[in-house]
This record gives sequence, C-alpha cells and structure tokens, in this order.
Amino acid sequence: MTFEVMRPKYVGARVQRKEDPRLLSGSGRYAADVQPTRALHVAILRSDYAHALIRSINLDLARAMPGVIDVIDGEALASELKPLYATSRMPGYKPTALWPLARDRVRYVGEPVVAVVATDRYLAEDARAAIQIEYAALPAVTDANLSLTAQSDFLHPEHGSNLLVSRNFSRGNIEQAISEAFRVVSGQYRFTRTTPVAIEPRAYTAEWDRRLARLTLHSATQAPGIIRDALAEVLELNGPSIRVLAADVGGGFGGKVSLYPEEVIVCFLAQKLTRSVKYVSDRQEDLISTTQAFDQTVKAEMALDSSGRILGIRASILGDAGAYSIYPWTAALEPMQIAGFLPGPYQVPSYEADVQVVATNKTPSGPYRGVGRPGACFILERLIDKAAKEFGIDPLEFRRKNLVQPDQFPYKTGSGIVWDKSGFIECLDLAAEVIDYTTLKDNRDAAKAAGRWFGIGIASYAELTGLGSRMSAAPGMPINTGTESASVEIDATGSVIATFGTASIGQGLETTLAQIVADEIGVRPEDVTIVHGDSAAITHSTGSYASRSTVLAGGAAHKAGKEVREKLLKAAGFLMDCELLELEIEDGVVRQPATNKVLSFKDIGRAVYSEMGRFPLALRQELDLRATSFYDPEFGTTTSATHIATVDIDPETFEVRVLRYVAAEDCGRVINPQIVEGQVQGGVAQGIGVALMEEVIHDPQGQIFTASLVDYLVPSAAEVPSIEAVHLEAFAAGTIGGYRGMGEGGTIGAPAAVANAIADALSHLNIDITELPATPERLFRLVTTANQEKA
Amino acid sequence: MLNRRTITLNVNGEAHELEVEPRHLLADALREGLGLTGTHIGCEHGVCGACTILLDGESIRSCLLLAVQAEGHEITTVEGLGDSNHLNFLQQKFREHHALQCGFCTPGMLMTATELLNQRTSLTERDIRDALSGNLCRCTGYDHIIAAISEAIAETSGAGP
Ligand code: FES
Ligand code: FES
Repeated sequence: MTFEVMRPKYVGARVQRKEDPRLLSGSGRYAADVQPTRALHVAILRSDYAHALIRSINLDLARAMPGVIDVIDGEALASELKPLYATSRMPGYKPTALWPLARDRVRYVGEPVVAVVATDRYLAEDARAAIQIEYAALPAVTDANLSLTAQSDFLHPEHGSNLLVSRNFSRGNIEQAISEAFRVVSGQYRFTRTTPVAIEPRAYTAEWDRRLARLTLHSATQAPGIIRDALAEVLELNGPSIRVLAADVGGGFGGKVSLYPEEVIVCFLAQKLTRSVKYVSDRQEDLISTTQAFDQTVKAEMALDSSGRILGIRASILGDAGAYSIYPWTAALEPMQIAGFLPGPYQVPSYEADVQVVATNKTPSGPYRGVGRPGACFILERLIDKAAKEFGIDPLEFRRKNLVQPDQFPYKTGSGIVWDKSGFIECLDLAAEVIDYTTLKDNRDAAKAAGRWFGIGIASYAELTGLGSRMSAAPGMPINTGTESASVEIDATGSVIATFGTASIGQGLETTLAQIVADEIGVRPEDVTIVHGDSAAITHSTGSYASRSTVLAGGAAHKAGKEVREKLLKAAGFLMDCELLELEIEDGVVRQPATNKVLSFKDIGRAVYSEMGRFPLALRQELDLRATSFYDPEFGTTTSATHIATVDIDPETFEVRVLRYVAAEDCGRVINPQIVEGQVQGGVAQGIGVALMEEVIHDPQGQIFTASLVDYLVPSAAEVPSIEAVHLEAFAAGTIGGYRGMGEGGTIGAPAAVANAIADALSHLNIDITELPATPERLFRLVTTANQEKA
Repeated sequence: MLNRRTITLNVNGEAHELEVEPRHLLADALREGLGLTGTHIGCEHGVCGACTILLDGESIRSCLLLAVQAEGHEITTVEGLGDSNHLNFLQQKFREHHALQCGFCTPGMLMTATELLNQRTSLTERDIRDALSGNLCRCTGYDHIIAAISEAIAETSGAGP
C-alpha cells in the first residue's frame, strides 16, 4: 500500500486552525478552567530548605483553620500509596524514589511537603501559613562538580554517592585522531539552567464522579497517556477508574511531560474525600517546581587535519540532574542526548563522549524543547567557528566542507545515530541565499571598520524526529514511545471522527491531523472532528513531545483514513451499483462521474448503520466504517537546518540586539505552512531567550533567585526580531506521508547561532563565548578581561 | 477574614452580583465567581499580561486589582469580544495570521490590542512591539501577532500597513 494521497487538497495548504475560534473567544478549557461543583482547593507547603531533615511537622493549627477539610503530609501518603521510580535498563543508572510529598528529608527549595485542602484557595493558603515544620539543615550541594566529589551528605544516601548516571560512548580511535591532528580546538562550555515557562502554570483538577466512583484528572499535561498509566500504578487503580484529560494546554515545551507530585496529590485526595479537588500553581511555584532544563558543563575538543577536515571529537559531559530522577524520563535524558547529538550533522570519523550525571539540591531537571540538542549544537558550533577561524576559512565554507555530503546518506554518526537523507548542505545554501551572505559579510566588515560590534552567526544541526520503537526517546526508558494510533470512523450521521492519543499543546494538531484525514477520506478539514488529549479515548498512547506527534499520529491517520475510505467506497459501490474504480469522493460526497449519481456520507452512514437490509447478508457481517491503525516509524527521520543570525552589541550597555534571523529547515513535507512557520518562530524566540537572558540562578545554599518573571526573563515582543523561516521540501522522508518532526528545531539552532554572532561581533578581542546566556554582565566581564589582556 | 460582602460588577455590559472577600483579586472573581474563564492567570504578579482586561476602556491587569476596586466600572473581558461563531474583526485577524498557538496568552493579547485599535492612530511595527512588551507569549515568537495587529490597525486607521 502506498501512502501518496492522490491529489492532496488540504495537506500543504494554509488551512485556518480548527482550535482558533474557541481559543480566541475565551472558550478554551484549560485545566484551571474546570470548575466541578463543590470542588475543594489545594495549597502546597513547599520546602524552603534546599537540603534538610524533617524533624517534625505539626498540622494541628492548620487543621483548625476555617474552611479546612484535610491536611496531609508525606507520612500520611506513604501508608496509602507506593513511590514511583523512573527505571531504566541503562547499566549503572540509579533511580530515586519519587514520593508526592517529602518524607524524612527535603532535597530542593520548592519540594512539596504538606498539602492543605480547603473550600477555597484563599482559605487553603491561610491554613498553609499555620503549618509548623522543624527542619535540621544539611549541607546543600548546588555545584555539580562538588556533588561528584562529595564524600558525605549524599542526597540519596542509599546510593552511597551523588552519581546517578555514568556512561561512555566511543567510535573510531579518538586518541589517535587527537595525537595525529594538525590542529585541536577545544573549550569548556557551560549551558546554564533554564526553565520552560509555559504561560499557563501547571494546573490539575481531579473531578470525582460520585455515580461511577471514579476520577477524571483534567491536567495541564503533554502526555495524558503516560500520566494515566503512572497514576493507575501509584494509586493501584485499573484503567477505567482514572481518565486523564488535557483538553486545552497552555504550552508545554517539555515542562508538562513528566508526572508531577501534585497530579498524584489531587487524585489521591479526590479519592479519599470523594470530592473534586483542584490545584493551580502560581508562577512562583511554577518557577521553582516545574522541571528545569539543561545545566551541563562540557569539556570538548575537536581534532582536525591540515585541510580543515574534522578527524574526531572528544567530550566529557557533566550533567546536573537536580534532586530527583524524574518519571518517566530519568536523569539521563538531557546529558545523554548531548552525547548523542554532539557529532551533529558533520562527518566525524572518531568520537568519544563520557557522561556523568549527578544529583544536586536543585529542582529536578527534565526535558525542555530540543532536549540536549540545544546544548550539543551550541558546543559543536562554537568549536566549528573556532576551527574555521584557526584555518582562516569562512565559517559557511568550513561547514559546507565538513557537513555530511548528499552522497553519504544514510550516515551513521559517532554516537550511533543514523541520519537518513536530509538537506544538510541544501539548508546551508538556502539560509545563505535568503540572508544574502556575501553582501552581509561586506556590511559586517564595514560596520566593524566603523567601530560597531556587529556580528554574523551560523548554526547547522540535525535532529532525529518521529522516533519509532527502535530508538527510544530516552535511553533505556521502560515506556514505549515509538508508536501512536489513529482511529477514524464515519458514524451513523455521516460525520467523520478521528481519535488520537497525542495532546494538543498549541502546535495545531487538531488542524494538521484533520487536514490529513480530510485528504485521505475526501472531506473538508472542518468536517473532521478530532478527539485527542483523552486517555479514555484510546487504548494506549504516550503524548506529544520529541517532535513526534505529526510523524507518528499523522502516519497512523493516513493508514486508518485510507482504510475507512476503502470501506466507504465498498458500501457506496454496492449502493450505487457500480465498480469502485468509477467512484470519486470529494467534500463528503461520493460521485460516479459517468452517471453523475451521488451519495452523501450521510446517506451512506444511514445505510450502513440503520438500513442494513440494503446490503446482502455477507457484506453486512463486515461492513462498518471505521478503522484503527498504529504507526511505528521504527527509527525516525532526520530534520536538518541552518540558522543565520546577525547581532549588534551596544558597547555602552552591552545589550545584544538580534537584528536578522533566518532559519532554513528541511522538515519534510509541510502539512500547513503557516503552522510550520509559527513553530519555527516560536522555537527561535525561545532559543534567543536561552542565548541572551534566561537563567535559573541559585545561591550556594540552593535558594532560587529567579522565582518571579521579573527575575527570570523571557523574551518579549520588544526583544525578538522578525524571524524568517524558509522550508526545503527537497527530500521525501521515509515516513508515511513524508513528514519530519519540526516542533523543536528553532530552539536547537538559536542559542548557537546567536552565540556565534556575538563571538563574531567581538572577534577583534578574540573572545570565546563559552557560557550562555550572554547577559550584559557576562559580556562586560569578557570584554574587560580581554581589554586588560591586550593592554 | 470571612468578612464577605456583596458587590456588583459590570462585565461585558451585564451587571453581576457576587459575594467576595475584600482580598479577592478581580481575576479570581471573574474566573471563579462569574465563570468567565477566558481571562487567564499566568503570573499573578503583573508581568505576563495574560489577565489583561479593559476597565472603562483602558487595559489593566486583573491580577493587580481587587474585585472590590472594580465596582462601578465597566469591565470588558475577552468574552465581550466576538463569540466562537462570530469572531470580531480583530479575532479574525488573529486567526488569519495564525497569531496564536496554545492560546493562553491570547485573551490578554486581544485586550491589549483592542485598546491599541481603539486609539485609532497608525503605529509602526516598533510601536506595536513596544506596546505588546507587557504581554508575554511563549509560543509564537510574536511575528504573527504583530502582523495581525498591524493589519487590523492599518485597516481601521486608514493608514498603510
Ligand atoms: S496574571 Fe496578571 S499579569 Fe500575569
Ligand atoms: S500562544 Fe501560547 S503563550 Fe501565546
């Protein structure tokens, strides 16, 4: 069976989004919008110590406060439920027990300790203030290096050290490559801690159904299926007793794809109290308790031969996991992805990476848009630029020479990842053409000659998207991330309904999936009802992350849609008494062009389900208008891109302004150009935030300085330039439909492109950008030091 | 503390009576008290702009105002623009330009933009970017939002885009 839609009418078109009317009119339903009758409200008391033993907890005063229904601590929960562990098949990996409320010990500022339930949120917070806890402070470890060498006061004493993951990858002979190299460029890079900051803070409403004695959790999650399965496990419930719904989610970016303590807490309480229970985090809680991102120090060196070809890369990666190894992704996710993607889209014959991940007294870290790849791209692209400079080769030419060449696909990288054919060089050329690189260089030289700190930065990368079952989204993880299903049906009213397990977190999935189903079946996208974000609607699913939804769910939609179309034609053919090949379907009508006979889907639905007598008995047995298909792309597919940015640095204030930004991307077949453009622009804006302003800052005692949006800055419209996104659809991906995932790319390329542009702007001072964000303060120090060295 | 009082809020042309405590935020009163959940809360400290509403035609942050302070004023929330079957001119521009992804910042963006539109002056892209700098969007990268508002302003103020 082939999956080329004969005449795609909607795939590729700028179809207006189906989700927009409700979201534009304030009629969306985010988790905090759900208001079950007599719902109770939870306030969480969080640790204000980074590391301490809990000596005593006194809840008596709180219990006596007005409106308070219940107050629970870790011990109360421990007798009723099991802890969860994020397990992994990875050798030597150490999981950590995940309790929803701390027991005995707290390990980060913001860790939930007590939950108060009251009749409204204000009263719950009043009672929270009356809780008395006595802590015995322990030394906090907030530096990954110190955590690694610590001899005592381990976060998880049962492990006898703070080391959670230790792995080594190697391929080829890196020792030899380095000793025989003509040049070696190296650096120590620091990718500081950031946090996702979806504008919707995390929120969970557990709705108790008195009649059926079961729970519906309305969750701000990207992964309703993962959450349902985990909650069923922790609360020891069977599947139908708990349904996880994510109707509208206000952005995720990886921050809403793990199981959170509060999800367990509201469900536990709703069950215990047989009432609906709601928790909505405020921004401060979100900034200190949502999984944070990055936080790695990487030493890397690149060996080159005399012509400027890369011989090998060696890296040692130290990752700071924060306090726990989160479910289901584990502490290994981010640092291992850095190791996996560090060879990038280049020909790198020898490679070695050493990965260590330690626990520290900080908020647990987890996936963030791009996972590992923004850091890998930053480090690699800095090395590439440094090498190009050493060899006196233009950075664009240097990349062209070292990128995997069109005739080298499929190309197996040093870390074992295989790139299928993707437009590596083509994206480089396209970005250069769109930005007019040659003229731009002249302009830069003129600007620099006139004393301006103006620079150009290039970043090329490749990523694997739409991972199938043979490439887990996180190494050794016990959940299956490699398949998604689609169920498509035409009901008795002739309406088309397509059901998916993925969740829509803003990426327009309702629209793009409807476009695919519409083309396969022959209706308009507005006539396809998409059901998603509901664990009860499907047998198994995991959710939306890792740029997988369009590839996997889209592929399944093609398969199921095609099958339903065949069934529909069979029924129509019988009803119209003609050969199937003579029939055409368009906009919900089946037509026999020769005779101009028509049947609407409504007519066919009625006949199939309500007037079965019109079909012969044999046909009746098998005739329904629905199909469920699974799709597993096995390995996944390669998305590649080149970004080019220009920056201007103010020599007085050290403020960096990004002036132009071009992203040329090969994301396979484009389903909806406007949506793709929006994904790239949004991703780049986040990457600019990483490059210039976003940083979670802890003091040595583990207190977070960046617990408000005044202190943790995210880019506003005033700081983000207009972002030009151009697409290359040169090569069909091997996936069904030819799609490649593209939800994360913008964030992967931007930190590197901006960092390279800054280094270029300061090239007269020979400044290396080794640490992001490049805040005015950091740049001021770099420039001051460079000037002193010069003098 | 349980000092509750009954107030009247005029929201989207309708008067609503509700019982609040003096400390209740206007945003909470709109959402929890009146069920108008289109006004979103993204930070509760006046930075993100998701809770922006119009108070007597001027944009304000409903997380920074107490419900009792809003008595006697005309409040407009996103529910006071077009409904999902009848999007108003600005909402349509947002849709055409794909100016929203997750939609969480969108009500606040629309209210800020409504105020800009009502001023009926032509604005440059830079002006619009600055005017929107108090409304954070984490999804779109802003380009499409700026395009939607620019076009709406251009078409209503009679000036070119
Ligand atoms: S919620 Fe009011 S400004 Fe953020
Ligand atoms: S559309 Fe998601 S925050 Fe703006």
